[in-house]
Amino acid sequence: MHATTTLPRPRDNGADLRSARDARHDRLFRYALMGCALLVLAALLGAAASTAWGGRLAFETFGFKFLWSEAWDAVNGDFGALVPIYGTVVTALIAMLIAVPVSFGIALFLTEVAPNWMRTPIAAAVELLAGIPSIIFGMWGLFVFAPFLAEHVEPWVNDHLGTIPGVGVLFQGPPLGIGMLTAGIVLAIMVIPYISSVMREVFLTVPTRLKESAYALGSTTWEVVWDVVLPYTRSAVIGGIFLGLGRALGETMAVTFVLGNAHQLSASLLMPSNSIASVIANEFTEAYTDLHRSALIALGFLLFLVTFVVLALAKLMLVRLARREGA
Amino acid sequence: MAGSASLYRRRAIKNALALGLGVIATLFGLFWLVWILGVTFIRGIDALKPALFTQMTPPPGADGGLANAFFGSMLMSLMALAIGAPIGVCAGTWLAEYARRTRLGGTIRFLNDILLSAPSIVLGLFVYTLVVAHTRQFSALAGALALALLVIPVVVRTTDEMLQLVPSTMREAALSLGVPQWKMVLQILLRASRAGIVTGILLALARISGETAPLLFTALNNQFWSADVTKPMASVPVVIFQFAMSPFESWHALAWAGAFVVTLFVLALSLISRFLLARSKVTHD
Repeated sequence: MHATTTLPRPRDNGADLRSARDARHDRLFRYALMGCALLVLAALLGAAASTAWGGRLAFETFGFKFLWSEAWDAVNGDFGALVPIYGTVVTALIAMLIAVPVSFGIALFLTEVAPNWMRTPIAAAVELLAGIPSIIFGMWGLFVFAPFLAEHVEPWVNDHLGTIPGVGVLFQGPPLGIGMLTAGIVLAIMVIPYISSVMREVFLTVPTRLKESAYALGSTTWEVVWDVVLPYTRSAVIGGIFLGLGRALGETMAVTFVLGNAHQLSASLLMPSNSIASVIANEFTEAYTDLHRSALIALGFLLFLVTFVVLALAKLMLVRLARREGA
Repeated sequence: MAGSASLYRRRAIKNALALGLGVIATLFGLFWLVWILGVTFIRGIDALKPALFTQMTPPPGADGGLANAFFGSMLMSLMALAIGAPIGVCAGTWLAEYARRTRLGGTIRFLNDILLSAPSIVLGLFVYTLVVAHTRQFSALAGALALALLVIPVVVRTTDEMLQLVPSTMREAALSLGVPQWKMVLQILLRASRAGIVTGILLALARISGETAPLLFTALNNQFWSADVTKPMASVPVVIFQFAMSPFESWHALAWAGAFVVTLFVLALSLISRFLLARSKVTHD
């Protein structure tokens, strides 16, 4: 942007040399900085390429069958990604089902309802939740939350939701405490701060003019939020949700603690399962055959691919609102 | 008349209901925060003892502490900062000063934001295939490298944002005095946005202090004191993981104590950085 121009000064030889030297240093400096920036690019491409390369043995051995085979047999060397993919998707979906409405409620409260003095501290407290390391969520989930669910919630879920025809099968099963439902709830708690802070920020970008016009026409607060604020920020809100989804898909430690590490496909949400990240965390250091390790790295590649797409979409949606703001 | 009155009432009820649900959602969010922090603090303080910082991780059943894990975490975090922070600051500076509106700059900014939220376990796999698979040795250095990959995007982003806040009159004043651009960047811009950049580095430190997934198969774990960066090294989060997943009560207690210390450290860091950020914004305005 601010390229230094060296003005020719034929009479002053010293200054001429100096400005040539400065120009050279400037160029070096600029290339050095650019090199660092390109490292960011290299890190991302490298992560994709190295996991694809590390997983080639699994991809070559199983082909596309790897994606929908539910086998996971370390002894006979037969691996498929279906169970971890299923576990990842189901837990992330449960998380989004809980986190999206709650985050919207929090954003609504923080932008429209709460008195001014309350807004910053509560927003900071919710964001504090994002700062807690995921391993703490995992420990709490395993030692405190799962026993609580097993004792007080899951028997009730079994008796009441489990008897509903059709969806009942989702809620039948032994009250173990750990399982896909627990993992989904823990994930929801973890992504709420991300989604709600994006929603809160974009809600604040809505021009006061627009909102006041709606109020002047007699709208209630809810009608202003639902009919004016939400349509205005729609793309960014979806972006925030995708951001949360990306986090939920890739979250490792908390899920590893409460998902139960069971390689099985079951319709019941109360049953333990496995997610891509938790399989890798649990088995990688214990994988002794090349094929097993390669299958795990291949899972990592799939996870990276999916989260990349989700996060890229999130970013594009967020940029769309920012661009309109700028224009 | 009666119809419109009932319509008004319905709208008012709907409004009250929605706002009430908003309040409940907020209480719901805060409820987990209180519960999780409360449990961590109560169980952690129970298990806290001086031996935690002086003794090594014990075998099951025996007494011990987490001294080697604390040391390992500290060493690897510092190495990760030493690798990641300069790269991050340089890359962020390039984005803000040389590539603010260029296509390459935009692409890198975009990818950096993705790297920021990318699953950390994949970055661990990346370092595994890059380093560990070749050296055939789990090492603290590989662990630090994996953590550095988490440091970089945080620092890039904050540096980029902070430099963009510096008023362009400052750049123009310096350049018009004949200062070469590299000097202007180093001595004026980076100095002006120092507080913000330090905040970014602290945030990055907070992020990696609790990270477990990328260390699992890079630094692995070590039951003993080790300062050799080419060998496996213990870290607090990995030890917590190992101890918490075990069936031994004494290990569980140590895991809670470790969890308490890590949480306290991370929360303190994020509060400090929040404070620094608020202060630096005031001076800019």
